[in-house]
Amino acid sequence: MSETPETAPPVITARNLTVRYTLGHGLFGRKTHLDAVDNISLSIARGSFFGLVGESGSGKTTLGRALLHAAPISDGEVIYADEEVRYDLRKIGKPELKDYRKRAQMIFQDPYAALSPRMTVRDIIAEPLEVMGLTKSRAETDARVREIAAKCRLNLEHLRRFPHAFSGGQRQRISIARALVSGPRFIVADEAVAALDVSIQADVLNLLKTIQRDMGISFLFISHDLSVVAHVCDHVAVMYLGQLVETAPTRALFARPRHPYTSALLSAIPSLDPDAPKTAEKLEGEIPSPTNPPPGCKFNTRCRFARPECRQSAPALRELASGHRVACHFAEEFDFSRAPQRAAAAPA
Amino acid sequence: MSDALISVRDLTIRFRTDEGLITAVEKVSFDIAPGEILGLVGESGSGKSVTAKSLMRLNGENTVYDPESRITLNVPGETPLEVLSLRRERDMIAIRGGAISMIFQEPMASFAPAITVGRQMVEQLLIHTSLTEAEARELSIEMLARVGIPEPARRFDQYAFEFSGGMRQRAMIAMALSTRPRLLIADEPTTALDVTIQAQVIDLMKDLVAEFGMAILFITHDLGVIAQTADRVAVMYLGRIVETGSVRQVIRAPAHPYTRGLLDALPKLDDLDAELTPIPGDIPSPLNRPSGCVFHTRCPQMIAGVCEGRVPGYTRLGDGHDVACHLYTEQAMEAAR
Repeated sequence: MSETPETAPPVITARNLTVRYTLGHGLFGRKTHLDAVDNISLSIARGSFFGLVGESGSGKTTLGRALLHAAPISDGEVIYADEEVRYDLRKIGKPELKDYRKRAQMIFQDPYAALSPRMTVRDIIAEPLEVMGLTKSRAETDARVREIAAKCRLNLEHLRRFPHAFSGGQRQRISIARALVSGPRFIVADEAVAALDVSIQADVLNLLKTIQRDMGISFLFISHDLSVVAHVCDHVAVMYLGQLVETAPTRALFARPRHPYTSALLSAIPSLDPDAPKTAEKLEGEIPSPTNPPPGCKFNTRCRFARPECRQSAPALRELASGHRVACHFAEEFDFSRAPQRAAAAPA
Repeated sequence: MSDALISVRDLTIRFRTDEGLITAVEKVSFDIAPGEILGLVGESGSGKSVTAKSLMRLNGENTVYDPESRITLNVPGETPLEVLSLRRERDMIAIRGGAISMIFQEPMASFAPAITVGRQMVEQLLIHTSLTEAEARELSIEMLARVGIPEPARRFDQYAFEFSGGMRQRAMIAMALSTRPRLLIADEPTTALDVTIQAQVIDLMKDLVAEFGMAILFITHDLGVIAQTADRVAVMYLGRIVETGSVRQVIRAPAHPYTRGLLDALPKLDDLDAELTPIPGDIPSPLNRPSGCVFHTRCPQMIAGVCEGRVPGYTRLGDGHDVACHLYTEQAMEAAR
């Protein structure tokens, strides 16, 4: 696992970002709102592999989309900056947005739904080039498609085939090639390996890491699978009900989570060791409805340490150690250091 | 084993398709004892679900079972039942929701959207038990409470879409267990759930095994889930069981190169620096089944001249730990020399 230098300038900076959806009218014409992303501030360093985890309904996908200007930014700001340009996404104009689409791309979860069954692999990968007018001739497009396909370890003889002929892993490599073809500097990968078998998942993860290293692309890697995130990401942010509860360098987070929610998430991962001690902490209940979040700390309804203060005031995200930020009133009191798990025996 | 609740022998399942006869499962044998949890692991396309569905005869009309295939259901105190010999639909009631129940990955697909959850629970109880409507209602509400659904009496009258994902999965478990089946088939029951909810559902299922003494066939691709739930595990690849043994044997000392490959590909939280090693290549199409050992096209330890020619038999490595791999038959032959 490579650590990104803390000094790298950010590719994405979000400040007090809120994505709010109006859900129609309640009693007496009162509007109800849903803050899918609620006042989030974070920055993603250039060239880093930034993990975003949380349960379904926590707002991970909405945050990823807001950073791509694909979900409405209701409040706060998002700044994108690379070596050439700097965009304020809330004020971005049409021509700049067109340019931003080239620089920021997305990879989706389901490689079966993401590829048109009626287009050949070559046409699927070439489409962004043609739509964005990035190449001048068919020969240039073909050269670019072959270059990217080779990078994604696709068999060039397969370019004339249709997606149905490919397995899940191969399709995901096609999706990745399509995302890479416009030469992006930032990619949001939303559950990009969740639909794949473990044997193929490892292959796609290794490919994404190679792309990050060789091409210097920054990733926001959204996943519900903490062990995958632990392996590929250099920095992790944990979301709960639209807010960041903890963010830290991967090693620091997994060695010593400081938020009770992060700790509960980690202890819920089934261990490969059949004799592992039964996890002491279990998260009761489910994530509350985001239309009606609990007052105070949003996690207080499921937190085994909740005190009266937690129901009254919402904790701010504050820095406990270098790069390790946590939103909990009592974070100093908790030590969730994980005793090293007994390793599952190596193959005989 | 004579005390097995269900005994599967030489199960071979083929499907008639436009492209010809496709083999989905080949010579699969296993037993499940009462109160035992058997984990069935494998990639998509390995034949896990087809195997499980055959126990309830739920595969489509184009299914062909080879004549030597046997599935025997042996409920203590009842006459053994040959599942594959059942011909009439009404005889299937004994295995569909009677002695065997099944829960699926996607609970929304298992509930009719326009009938309340309670109505569906009562309906199946009326079919499979001699309870009156009022008793069935009472038992259903009790089961909903048992799986940890708050306000079960109110939830009873709601529709599946009014439940959250985790709650739907619990309701499906409650429904499947209310008829007191001897065998529960759980096909990826936690795959669509968040880890926190998955942990709750796993604990719930283990409690219920202890309480009701039923057996579970637990299908999953997640070895961590298997390690935490199952007693024994069978690893499937392209329609064949390549390794079977106790969970400790298979996870601590995996013998088959495929089982090792699965474990090496898994990200482990206690070793963040370990390389993730994918199994090379993709699972071959069932239309194009490799000759000999089905895994030889992807196997890093393939023995040229042996693996592509002959199907490996099972070698016993320890008490109940069997592997189908030429590496072990070759070793055995060399040791004998």
